[in-house]
Amino acid sequence: MRGALWQTGWRELRRYPSALMGMAIIAGLLVLALYTVIAIPYPEAVAKWRGSEAWQDNPVNAAPIWLDRLVGGDAPRTQVVASEAAPIEERVFEGGRRLRIPLAFDYDAGGFPSELNLFLHAPGHEQPPFVRLAWHTPDGREIALGGHRIGADERISISQDRALERRLGGLAPHIGLLADPEREEGQPQVLPGRHTLLLDVLAFDETAAFDAELVLYGRVHGIAGTDHQRRELSLALLWGTPVALAFGLLAAVGTTVTTLAIAAVGVWYRGWVDATIQRLTEVNMILPVLPILVMVGTLYSTSIWLMLGVVVVLGIFSASIKMYRAMLLPIREAPYIEAARAYGASNARIVLRYLIPRILPVLIPTFVTLIPSFVFLEASLAVLGLGDPLLPTWGKVLNDAQSQSALYNGYYYWVISPALLLMLTGLGFAMLGFALDRVFNPRLRSL
Amino acid sequence: MSSPPIPTAGDEPAHLIAARNLHTWFELRQWGFLRVGAVHAVDGVDFALARGESVAFVGESGCGKSTLARTLLGLHRPTRGEVRFAGRSLGTLSGRQLKAYRAEVGYVQQDPYGALPPFLDVRRILAEPLIVHGVGARSERERRIRTALEEVRLSPADEYLGKFPHMLSGGQQQRVVIARALILAPRLVVADEPVSMLDASVRVEILELLRRIQQERELTLAFITHDLSTVRHYAERIFVMYAGRVVESAAVDDLLDHPQHPYTQALLAALADPDAANATRLREVPAGEPPSLLRPPAGCRFHPRCPHFMAGLCDRDDPPEFEPRSGHRSACWLHR
Repeated sequence: MRGALWQTGWRELRRYPSALMGMAIIAGLLVLALYTVIAIPYPEAVAKWRGSEAWQDNPVNAAPIWLDRLVGGDAPRTQVVASEAAPIEERVFEGGRRLRIPLAFDYDAGGFPSELNLFLHAPGHEQPPFVRLAWHTPDGREIALGGHRIGADERISISQDRALERRLGGLAPHIGLLADPEREEGQPQVLPGRHTLLLDVLAFDETAAFDAELVLYGRVHGIAGTDHQRRELSLALLWGTPVALAFGLLAAVGTTVTTLAIAAVGVWYRGWVDATIQRLTEVNMILPVLPILVMVGTLYSTSIWLMLGVVVVLGIFSASIKMYRAMLLPIREAPYIEAARAYGASNARIVLRYLIPRILPVLIPTFVTLIPSFVFLEASLAVLGLGDPLLPTWGKVLNDAQSQSALYNGYYYWVISPALLLMLTGLGFAMLGFALDRVFNPRLRSL
Repeated sequence: MSSPPIPTAGDEPAHLIAARNLHTWFELRQWGFLRVGAVHAVDGVDFALARGESVAFVGESGCGKSTLARTLLGLHRPTRGEVRFAGRSLGTLSGRQLKAYRAEVGYVQQDPYGALPPFLDVRRILAEPLIVHGVGARSERERRIRTALEEVRLSPADEYLGKFPHMLSGGQQQRVVIARALILAPRLVVADEPVSMLDASVRVEILELLRRIQQERELTLAFITHDLSTVRHYAERIFVMYAGRVVESAAVDDLLDHPQHPYTQALLAALADPDAANATRLREVPAGEPPSLLRPPAGCRFHPRCPHFMAGLCDRDDPPEFEPRSGHRSACWLHR
């Protein structure tokens, strides 16, 4: 029989396109959240976001690829040239060996890379090997990049080589090395063709391994781009979904259920119980929530679960108690409540089974529209620097973007993508909530 | 497991339920704590109802008859006096015994739609009292619900079990209310204006249904009504109430044919009489309004409106109950 009621509700709801849209958006977000939690487990996400080796081949502040292609751009992607695939010449001599490693690659992108790094791994060498670097351009020039003594793990930032920059006529090395020398005037142009970085290695060990990896960082990366720490924004955007939904839902459930129960208890017992609840509510109503959250975050911890707890605790004696009380007072006097007392129903049964269910239909739309307001609250806290210290969330992406002056620097994607997801969440729940409101409160329909 | 029946004190008394000097007052307070008076809704009522007896409490609105009903049901605590059920005072019952008492009394309310929770279907509405009183087995509950529906002539039961109150007509709703009042097999049913909010066409059906069930089950049935014209058909005894008191009580025919108290006489005179000759005749209706229950008049409460008012007696001394005819009591100084 309950099923019949739900069926009518569903049939009613289907008449509102906004409800279907809203439900589609929410379903999409749920699927995304579920996928994220399964595909990128929590410890992995936290560890990666904290910053790690995994990001070292990513460019800094790269835009999403599709954004560049959408406006007809041909910005370069990241290119990694590893020594495993290179034809290595090896000559062994007394007490060591000499390796010639050509790291060759074809470069024909529309723009220059954003950065040039060479990663060298030489584990197990008793004495550090020595490397001399030379850059061979397609038009046959050879540019010496100097020599280096190599530790077990070495990173040579070719882009940062000031001396080289001077030799290239003031062009940053990642531009100058790849530029066409014939075109002196105006903007430098890429010299397409096969470039080679030749490593001349003198190792004082006959067997120990030696690997090299040249990374030409692109200007676009992945579906969401990267931030100032080479982290993929897609990780934070993905993980932000379950975090936002969980926070919004838990906070909405926590505040609505407790508030409703307390209002019902006050209405049922009246007298000093009701008076106490009302005075507590009035005191709580003038307490400023955001400053308290900032205070807790500053003095104690910004863990998302602590914030959730504070939000729920402060939300228990909220102004909604007054609204629920006004709705419950007439129901308290309904004859069916008196009948229930006459057949011996307990106080708890009357409050839970007869009082609260009566106003639930009115509350469902309010509840649904309440969820995004808590999602926004969480994001606002993160923007204020009170985001969870571990979890990647939408609010923390916005916070990073703000602290790195993303808009000033033209990294619009950094601000727009999390903002878009926040708006989408708000839109989904609002569309469903308004439709539910019309189904449950038919008087609104004519509006 | 059902709640145990109320243990009876010593010998089984002849009366099922009795009121002894019953007062139910509602205190009025100012600023939440200052007592500024009390509404004397029930102000000294005595009666005793036998098993299987059907009685009616009649009076104008505001005479305290509904408060009396609720006090009998244990929904209001008497300010003074007591309600005795099967020889035991309700005030002395423990929590568990009081719950058991609630299974012994059924309550039929005035507004059948308001009396049914709108968000539950008929099956659940009827199951609730059974669940409250620990009838755990679903099959047992289902059986009793079906029996109850058949008893109030809602059959086939399957047609009604899944319906919500708003899908039923007023008469059907009141039948469900009656079924709920009967489902715990009570010994007493209190019906507070059970038909006043129903269409005239279904009133008789409902009254006859109640009467039949009362006779079949040998219930004690207490009707609360303001309608003297139909009492004859379903009550054996009548109590006429005025301003919180019972002013006259007698067997139904005796009271209607030989009213003794001036108030009863005025009430009966005000009844519509289906006689063409009455169309042009003006009736004598008692002047004035029912008195304030906050400050009831001294002496006889009817004296400001009474055509037989005797100064110095009626406005000073409370009339005791006299017995002008055998089995016919009336609280009026005229019978002195």
